[in-house]
Amino acid sequence: MSTHELHGGAKPLAAVQLHKVVRQFGNQRVIDDLDLNIAPGEFVALLGASGSGKTTLLRMLAGLDNIDSGQLRVPTARAAVFQEPRLMPWKRAWKNVVLGLRVENAKARAVAALTEVGLAHRLEAYPATLSGGEAQRVALARGLVREPRLLLLDEPFAALDALTRIRMHELIIELWRKHNPAVLLVTHDVDEAILLADRVIVLAQGRVAEQVRVDLPRARHSGQPGFQRLRAQLLGLLGVEVETGDVEQNPRYSHG
Amino acid sequence: MTLPSSSDAAYLTVEKPALLPGRKVRGDWRPPGFVIRCISPLAILLFWQLSSQLGWLPSRVIAAPSQIGGTLWAMIVSGELATNLLVSLQRAVLGLSIGIIIGVVAALISGLSRRGELVLDSPLQMLRTIPSLALVPLFILWFGIGEFTKIALIVLGTTFPVYLNLFAGIRGIDPKLIEAANTLGLSRAELIWHVVLPGALPSFFVGLRYALGISWLALVFVEQINTTAGIGFLASDARDFMRTDVIVICLLIYSLLGLLIDGLIRTLEHFALAWRPSFVRT
Repeated sequence: MSTHELHGGAKPLAAVQLHKVVRQFGNQRVIDDLDLNIAPGEFVALLGASGSGKTTLLRMLAGLDNIDSGQLRVPTARAAVFQEPRLMPWKRAWKNVVLGLRVENAKARAVAALTEVGLAHRLEAYPATLSGGEAQRVALARGLVREPRLLLLDEPFAALDALTRIRMHELIIELWRKHNPAVLLVTHDVDEAILLADRVIVLAQGRVAEQVRVDLPRARHSGQPGFQRLRAQLLGLLGVEVETGDVEQNPRYSHG
Repeated sequence: MTLPSSSDAAYLTVEKPALLPGRKVRGDWRPPGFVIRCISPLAILLFWQLSSQLGWLPSRVIAAPSQIGGTLWAMIVSGELATNLLVSLQRAVLGLSIGIIIGVVAALISGLSRRGELVLDSPLQMLRTIPSLALVPLFILWFGIGEFTKIALIVLGTTFPVYLNLFAGIRGIDPKLIEAANTLGLSRAELIWHVVLPGALPSFFVGLRYALGISWLALVFVEQINTTAGIGFLASDARDFMRTDVIVICLLIYSLLGLLIDGLIRTLEHFALAWRPSFVRT
């Protein structure tokens, strides 16, 4: 068992490299001989039923969980955004953003990051006064201010209302393009995965069951040619059969 | 707009005339709330005074309000009250400070490290179940009947509520916040300073409130054993001379100080816990 962390310098072939990684709880192998590479700047979405090992994988990449055997390489500059914003309730928004950041011009960095997510006016707000979407944007700013080469997103939009979620999708793509970190998005939402990701990975029993490259041109929407076919394919892989007939005319989201 | 068939039994129709500008919704004057609240206490006081004057309430049972007022004034003017109050306050503050410090240090040690918990928690949990006032005989044998015993008893009573609540507060921090802090690369010291301690602060204040209440209770008790000054001394002295007016004054002082300290803690909380949803103004 070994864990290497990449440091700056020579340009790596992959931002994330996993080779024969195993993680087991008791007798159950949650991650089972998993091989996975994520290229620098690549946006990968991870789909899978509950218990497929998605969250364990993300936690291993975030450094919150160990591996039992195999090889794992991740950049040290990484950040995670969870389903709940997980902001410190006793710190104002900008203090939350720079928590743990050891730089001199912390406040200026916080202001810049919060401006990027459209919260320049909420610098001094306590998390209790923020709406769900605002809190999640602060969490996003907190991740991005660290200039991560790997951004881990654990169902970050699942608890948001549908309208806020659409805006967050647009924001995440905009920020991804600007900062260009590798992104691993864990989600339950097949549409979200297709809208955002370069590649969708379906995880089952701790292994990569299927990978689908999403070649649809950006500024995607669910009425795009090929979108519904991809959606049906991915849902099929997750064990949900849908008809692809007349749904094409009925776009649900559009952006990205 | 007229609603169709407002008499229809299947609908509930609410109709009110349009508001004219400048017209108040409820025009008639009412006395402010605090005046109404004062009515019944004042009535009780009046009844008490009348009962005393008519001889229904003999002064060896309880003195008349007017007599109590007069005695209070005399005690204030002579400085008797201030001297004894100061002595009591000193005891309470000293005992409380030591108790809080011991409680905080112990809670930090056993809250922040498993080893510390193993060493400290079980003896403290055992000690906690002994009512501190039951230790009076032992303390008198050990330390005599001087000031040390009095302070030690207050310390003993106030340490545990602080310890227990702060310990629970430290251990009760949302593990998700700890996880988030770990992904942000906080060192252990930073984790304690930025996450654990602020998160445990509300529980600490709960402990502080209990400790203050207990310090007062202990004070009343210890000041009745061999003292020559303090509010408790005034009360036990008054008992010997059947001065019910002085006893009532002592009770009043205790309750006023209790209120005062509660107000003080409220203010402290308001500043220290400004981030809590109940305090935050949007």
